[in-house]
Amino acid sequence: MRIAIIDESPARAAVIEEGLRDAGLHDVRLFVDRTAVAAKLEAYSPDVVLINLANPHRDELEESFALSRAVARPVAMFVDQSDSAGIEAAIDAGVSAYVVDGLKKERIRPVLELAIRRFRAYSRLRAELDEARNALAERKTIDQAKLLLMKKRGIDEPTAYAALRKAAMDSGRRLGEVADAIVTADRLMGDL
Amino acid sequence: MSDTPFRIGFLPLVDAALPILARELGFAEAEGIDLTLVRDMSWATVNDRLLYGHSDAAHMLAPLAIATTLGLGRPATALSVPFVLGLNGNAITLRPDLATQVTTVGVPGDVAVIGRRLADIARGGGKPLRFGVVHRYSSHDYMLRYWLIGCGIDPDRDVEIVTVAPPFAADALATGEVDGICVGEPWNSVAVDRGVGVIVAVTSQIWLRGVEKVLAIRADRLGDGDAVHRVIRALYRAGEAFVDPQQWDRIAEILALPQYLDGSADLIRRAMADRILFAIGHEAVHLPDFMFQHREAANFPWISQAAWLYAQMCVAGHTQPDQADYLAAQHVFRPDIYRAALRPLGVPLPGASSKLEGGIAGATGVGTTQGRLILSADRFFDARSFDPDGLSGYLKGFDPA
Repeated sequence: MRIAIIDESPARAAVIEEGLRDAGLHDVRLFVDRTAVAAKLEAYSPDVVLINLANPHRDELEESFALSRAVARPVAMFVDQSDSAGIEAAIDAGVSAYVVDGLKKERIRPVLELAIRRFRAYSRLRAELDEARNALAERKTIDQAKLLLMKKRGIDEPTAYAALRKAAMDSGRRLGEVADAIVTADRLMGDL
Repeated sequence: MSDTPFRIGFLPLVDAALPILARELGFAEAEGIDLTLVRDMSWATVNDRLLYGHSDAAHMLAPLAIATTLGLGRPATALSVPFVLGLNGNAITLRPDLATQVTTVGVPGDVAVIGRRLADIARGGGKPLRFGVVHRYSSHDYMLRYWLIGCGIDPDRDVEIVTVAPPFAADALATGEVDGICVGEPWNSVAVDRGVGVIVAVTSQIWLRGVEKVLAIRADRLGDGDAVHRVIRALYRAGEAFVDPQQWDRIAEILALPQYLDGSADLIRRAMADRILFAIGHEAVHLPDFMFQHREAANFPWISQAAWLYAQMCVAGHTQPDQADYLAAQHVFRPDIYRAALRPLGVPLPGASSKLEGGIAGATGVGTTQGRLILSADRFFDARSFDPDGLSGYLKGFDPA
């Protein structure tokens, strides 16, 4: 079975490709660059096209499928209609698919399930990465706010930290938010 | 009692205004609806989310709701349209050097004359002109085709029509990927402001009352109708606000927000006020029928509008004329739900559900079940009219001579 993966995120596309190859599907090609993708797809003539749900170029792609239906091999939308749970799982995971008409659903389902798992794993990875990045940025802001307080009020570090924490608790905000407010205010006020 | 959650999918376009305003101006909340807007960048995604339950309703191209019901390009799922989100609001923008050959740049012209000049170029033996429309099953595609045919251009032989998503339309003009675009606002104005396009026509010059975006809901998820009725009332109130000049500044600011159109409030306000800047360096021109979002029961889903769209789909060869399909297409539009939802507001409700499209020459009072309603001219540029009871005769009029 020949599978095309279209995704604006090369990283995610690579994660999916790797999963398919590990499962013994070797006829897989990535299409990350949008230019002339319709012509390239037609030349490759895949049985299944996997695409990220929110890809902004899906309307162009569907148009090219509608056109090629008249001249080349038909590409129909999605798996068997009876498999609505499978489709919903795919949409939830953020993946959409186009399948050549007549391809047996027993053959498509494992591919789709794999893609769903890989999409989810990628989203988890991204969320964890974002979290780590935010935590790092927040720690930097807290350090900056601490330094500002120490300098402007002539206090030591533990006192500055305690003042920050108290302000956060009193206002029901997170430490990072209070620190961010102090740093922003300082940037706006300058030496006033 | 807590508010009923309701999600509406949309694309970043000025005509997504009513669902956005229903939320932002508090009309949904007043109806006990907790409205969430889900933004996407392609109609395929908006449609997927609607079909598989990520959204309860969608801001959608009217012909796409019909195509989805008929199963064109994907498995058939019946959609219902109880409310039209607006009429027209689109324009045809050409690359500047092509525009100078067909129109007086900067001002609206006679679209029949502009089309004839375009026909001379299209059939002049050069490289075929290429037009970008936002979707195969879009009013843009059908309105452009209608205009081209009416001017003697075969949309499939003399020119090429390709799909370009609205946010990329100005880029496609700039890179020469297309020679012209037919797209909704603010994307024509974006092309004009960048100096990569000149507007040569607005779609209201082709059909004064062309049906555009609709509110689409899965037919099997209409439920008991109560939540849908409340959403329709909130949308109707949003329409009243949209046409109130006092509120335009504020509304344009809301629509321009990053989570909605993420664009220029100035350009959006221009479209709302029906002011069109045809070309950079010129004065904006006021075209009162440009965007028609509320007046004259513009939100009423006339069954004859769905019928007209089905006819255009047949003319374009997107489907073969079929009586069962024709009935299914007409049944997508649900004036009965519109009436039931809005009766408590005491607003004018048309008595008929179908009309002769393009048949009104001047202000005409029409029968209502409540309120007073006057419809003004709704003509097509070629003076053709469409009687939903005469589909085959109408289609014969498009047969090649």
